[in-house]
Amino acid sequence: MRWLSKLFEFVGKVGLFSLRVIVDSFRPPFEFAQFFRQVAEVGNKSLTLIVVSGFALGAVMTLHTRSTLVMFGATAMIPAVQAVSFFVEIGPLVAGLLLAGRVGSGIGAVLANMRASEQIDAIESLSIDSFKFLVVPRVLACVVVLPFLTLFMDFSGLLGGFLSEGLSSHIGPTLYFNRAFDYLQWSNFIAPTLKTAVFGFIIGSVSSYFGYTTDKGAQGVGEAATNSVVLSSLLIIVADVLLIKCIFFLFPDTAI
Amino acid sequence: MSEPQTIAVEFKHVMKSFGAKHVLNDVSFHIDQGQAVCLLGRSGTGKSVTLKLIMALIRPDSGEVWVDEDNVIDMEEKRLSVVRKKLGYLFQDAALFDSLTLYENLALPLSRLTKKPKDEIDDVVHRVLTDVGLGTDGAKYPSALSGGMKKRAGLARALVLEPKILLADEPSSGLDRITASEIDELLMRCKTERGTAQIIVTHDVHGARKIADRVAVLDRGNLVAFGSVDEVSQSENEVARKLITE
Repeated sequence: MRWLSKLFEFVGKVGLFSLRVIVDSFRPPFEFAQFFRQVAEVGNKSLTLIVVSGFALGAVMTLHTRSTLVMFGATAMIPAVQAVSFFVEIGPLVAGLLLAGRVGSGIGAVLANMRASEQIDAIESLSIDSFKFLVVPRVLACVVVLPFLTLFMDFSGLLGGFLSEGLSSHIGPTLYFNRAFDYLQWSNFIAPTLKTAVFGFIIGSVSSYFGYTTDKGAQGVGEAATNSVVLSSLLIIVADVLLIKCIFFLFPDTAI
Repeated sequence: MSEPQTIAVEFKHVMKSFGAKHVLNDVSFHIDQGQAVCLLGRSGTGKSVTLKLIMALIRPDSGEVWVDEDNVIDMEEKRLSVVRKKLGYLFQDAALFDSLTLYENLALPLSRLTKKPKDEIDDVVHRVLTDVGLGTDGAKYPSALSGGMKKRAGLARALVLEPKILLADEPSSGLDRITASEIDELLMRCKTERGTAQIIVTHDVHGARKIADRVAVLDRGNLVAFGSVDEVSQSENEVARKLITE
């Protein structure tokens, strides 16, 4: 039972850490300069990865979908299937997981290194609240940037799908994108995109927790990076299940 | 008749443990304003912990730590940040912020804690960097600096707010004799020109003899000697005697 109490202790600590992020986000002074620096960093680090991955995933998905829909003579549905699947689920989830790997590990490692090299103590010694200065801007940057990265993922996936389908069936761009957006409703687009803000919060909070609270010196840097990716990826998938239920409740049309 | 000295830092019966390890055991001493004290002792005897207790980065298990006229134990963060403005801290590995240039490292506390306009901040940063011999290196990132330059940059950041009390954790460790001597000179200048009280953790007895008005020796968490270099070199405690006369 010892492991169970340790698990509850850990969950409680991460929960309180996340709660402190929320409270401190609304408490002045606001670290705007740090926030914009982090937004640029998170966006910069991830944009290429997101666009290339989305494009490749879109192309591969179209190839697979085509081979199935050909059997039913429904190849005209390929753009719609591609659009709905990307905007509703694949885009948000894959963008979240990619950000967890790319940015989450970075946040964990950077903060753990700052802890090991006494940079966090140095910030405190300068009468600066290190939590507000380092953690809050990183979490908020993930919350704000991930929905935009998801849009890039969605559209690059659609573009990859178009090129793949164009090479197979010589469909034109106007027809492809008209068909793609015919079946897409705002509720398919807005709610799933906005849910990635929650994924961003998970990535930022979990990664910052592992980095900020480590006390294992240099060894803690690697551990923080690994743990950040593993736990935030896991929590994103679990949160996705819960958020889909919420979206179905709020937008019953999308559940049909 | 000489004026009574103001106490800069005072420890009263301070105890600190990490788990089962007792790091400080009923330590009491005080340091006057304008005085330089070197903390000597073998590794792991609680010297760095002493500095962190003064800065309230860690809290003691019992006892009192006074900085100027404030007991920093159990002090709330807002009040603590006022006390910390009186202190400058040179960390063992300088602890410069990797993501900021040298200029930004020094400008950060000035822009956050003072109401100086940008022009004045530029002037102060340039003057302090020039004082430590890094006047032309402001645009460099810490990764581009040598060990000695990092130490000097760390010292510059610790001094940029002109603190009343300077805490320095091994300012000359890992440096060649010439660079170490330059750092010692800087510390002495800081004391004589600004009257800054200094608490310096060091293993460099040669430097300690030059800088220190008084020497404190910690051994296994106990303060075993405290006094002038001559007094400590005649101490009854063998560790203290060996450390200062090596």
